[in-house]
Amino acid sequence: MAAYLLDFEKPIGELENKIEELKTFNLSGIANVDEEIKNLETKRDKVINEIFKNLNSWQIAQLSRHPSRPYTLDYIDIITDNFIEMHGDRAFMDDRSVVGGFGFIKKDNAALKPQRVLIVGHQKGRTTKDKMQRNFGMSNPEGYRKAQRLFKLAEKYLIPIITLIDTPGAYPGLGAEERGQSEAIARSIYTLLNIKVPVISVIIGEGGSGGAIAFGAADKVFMLEYSIYSVISPEGCASILYKDVARTEEAANALKLTAKDLLNLKIIDGIIPEPLGGSHRNKFDAAANLKNTIIEAINDLKNKKPDIIRDERIKKWINIGRTS
Amino acid sequence: MHLFRLKNNNKDKKDKKDAGKPAGIPEGLWVKCPGCSEIIYKKELERNLEVCPKCNYHFRINSENRIKIIFDEGSFVRLFDDLKPTDILDFKDTKKYKDRLKEDYEKTGLSDAAVAGYGLIEKIEAASVIFDFNFMGGSMGRVVGEKITKTFEYAIEKKLPVIIFTSSGGARMQEGIFSLMQMARTIAVISEYEKTRLPYISVLTDPTTGGVSASFASIGDIMIAEPKALIGFAGPRVIEKTIHQNLPEGFQRAEYLLEHGMIDMIVERKDIKNTIKNLLNLLIND
Ligand SMILES: [Zn+2]
Repeated sequence: MAAYLLDFEKPIGELENKIEELKTFNLSGIANVDEEIKNLETKRDKVINEIFKNLNSWQIAQLSRHPSRPYTLDYIDIITDNFIEMHGDRAFMDDRSVVGGFGFIKKDNAALKPQRVLIVGHQKGRTTKDKMQRNFGMSNPEGYRKAQRLFKLAEKYLIPIITLIDTPGAYPGLGAEERGQSEAIARSIYTLLNIKVPVISVIIGEGGSGGAIAFGAADKVFMLEYSIYSVISPEGCASILYKDVARTEEAANALKLTAKDLLNLKIIDGIIPEPLGGSHRNKFDAAANLKNTIIEAINDLKNKKPDIIRDERIKKWINIGRTS
Repeated sequence: MHLFRLKNNNKDKKDKKDAGKPAGIPEGLWVKCPGCSEIIYKKELERNLEVCPKCNYHFRINSENRIKIIFDEGSFVRLFDDLKPTDILDFKDTKKYKDRLKEDYEKTGLSDAAVAGYGLIEKIEAASVIFDFNFMGGSMGRVVGEKITKTFEYAIEKKLPVIIFTSSGGARMQEGIFSLMQMARTIAVISEYEKTRLPYISVLTDPTTGGVSASFASIGDIMIAEPKALIGFAGPRVIEKTIHQNLPEGFQRAEYLLEHGMIDMIVERKDIKNTIKNLLNLLIND
């Protein structure tokens, strides 16, 4: 159960509290409670369906940043075996807002050949201390440079690359500028575009601007159903363009930042469905959907020759959203 | 206003009186220099390539004047001028995006924030994209990205070096995700262009920030900046608001970037043409 509730989730939370209460009663041996629990659960699912049927862009943006939403390491935990995390850019520091490492995708069937992957993703923190250490998922140049180093290692070992995108944006800090934030982002895009192994990107939460595209120049780009991808946050857009933060909801809508919008605009290749009520209500189901998409995409790409993979990716990106 | 006479290759360009008016210079005969507060006679400033004769402050210049400074007289031919921005998201903030485009077209005579083409630099042929800050702050949307892409494709076909002069606040928010995509698009076409073994020179002028700074502009083979140009990913005000401290003197200026190893050189406007010529002579293998 989600501890934190967004405003529009509150009716769901109320029903869940009632269910919890009854479950406690049930344990103390009071009869006929089972049926009542079942009724309430049906009602809860109906309420979730009602609410999630008509989500607006701003509500989806809030879900994409839900404090209980699974992060990169949660997915890595669930979908990989023997994952080994690597650290550092070999020049300045280890940026903990980016995690990266090698592992095997868990097999559903023992007869399958193990699939090696590099997974690199933004990482947000859960506790206050963790959030600070992860810099709220906002990377410094070293995060993008650690990633580039790992992308090249993956290429060397012919290991497909998975990037998981979940960042409010690149960190706007003094040190970041001093050490070349712009170059780090540009070079990360360049490295991904030119790498000669399959690259699959999934926006799992917030796809914020330059920090997101730094990991997004892939052969296939997917979005989880309630993630967002945008050139600027709805709040930033409201304050800069509308000159009024109160118009955030309007800005969210105008930016066309939901998975549905971006599939319609042919910017992404597919949407990964989330469990009822969002990934934070069932991270295992969310991870299973993510894993299936990744495996399918790798299978589509892995028999292509290294040069062909790179050339086709470059061609895709030269022509993305082309005007003529 | 005219430093040199220029063959007018632009068929759509309106013959507007202030089409060549540089950013930051008010109407009238005199201009106050933002660098030293000296009052300068406008004609004198124009003669001096819009650089303050007292303190060397480089005023922002528009694309037309940039072309005159860089290319041999009458040699620049504009390409892809038929590309016009479309309001793909039907975007409206305090104003309709369509109306902003119309206003800036009327103000500048330009259809978008960059001019593309080719011409001679001391007799060496080069393809080029020149940003114009007067058009929506030089922001990059689909048309600017397309012009960069097409210019590199043209350069691949004709085997030409490419020089890009940036002056841009970054991605154009009114085009949403499409403007973000231009970051990867431009880097993709540069990756293809590299196979030609011809130089791509990136000249950063005031200001170069955001999605322009964090894409094609930062991966030039040669990185040049104009003196004191503001160059960075995040704008200084955003950084100040984030870190709650004042920024050091000269932060994100060209000199600061040179000191921190981000660019190859700072070149004054009067020397830029000659520097590019020398670089092209050195780097092109013919
Ligand atoms: Zn001055």
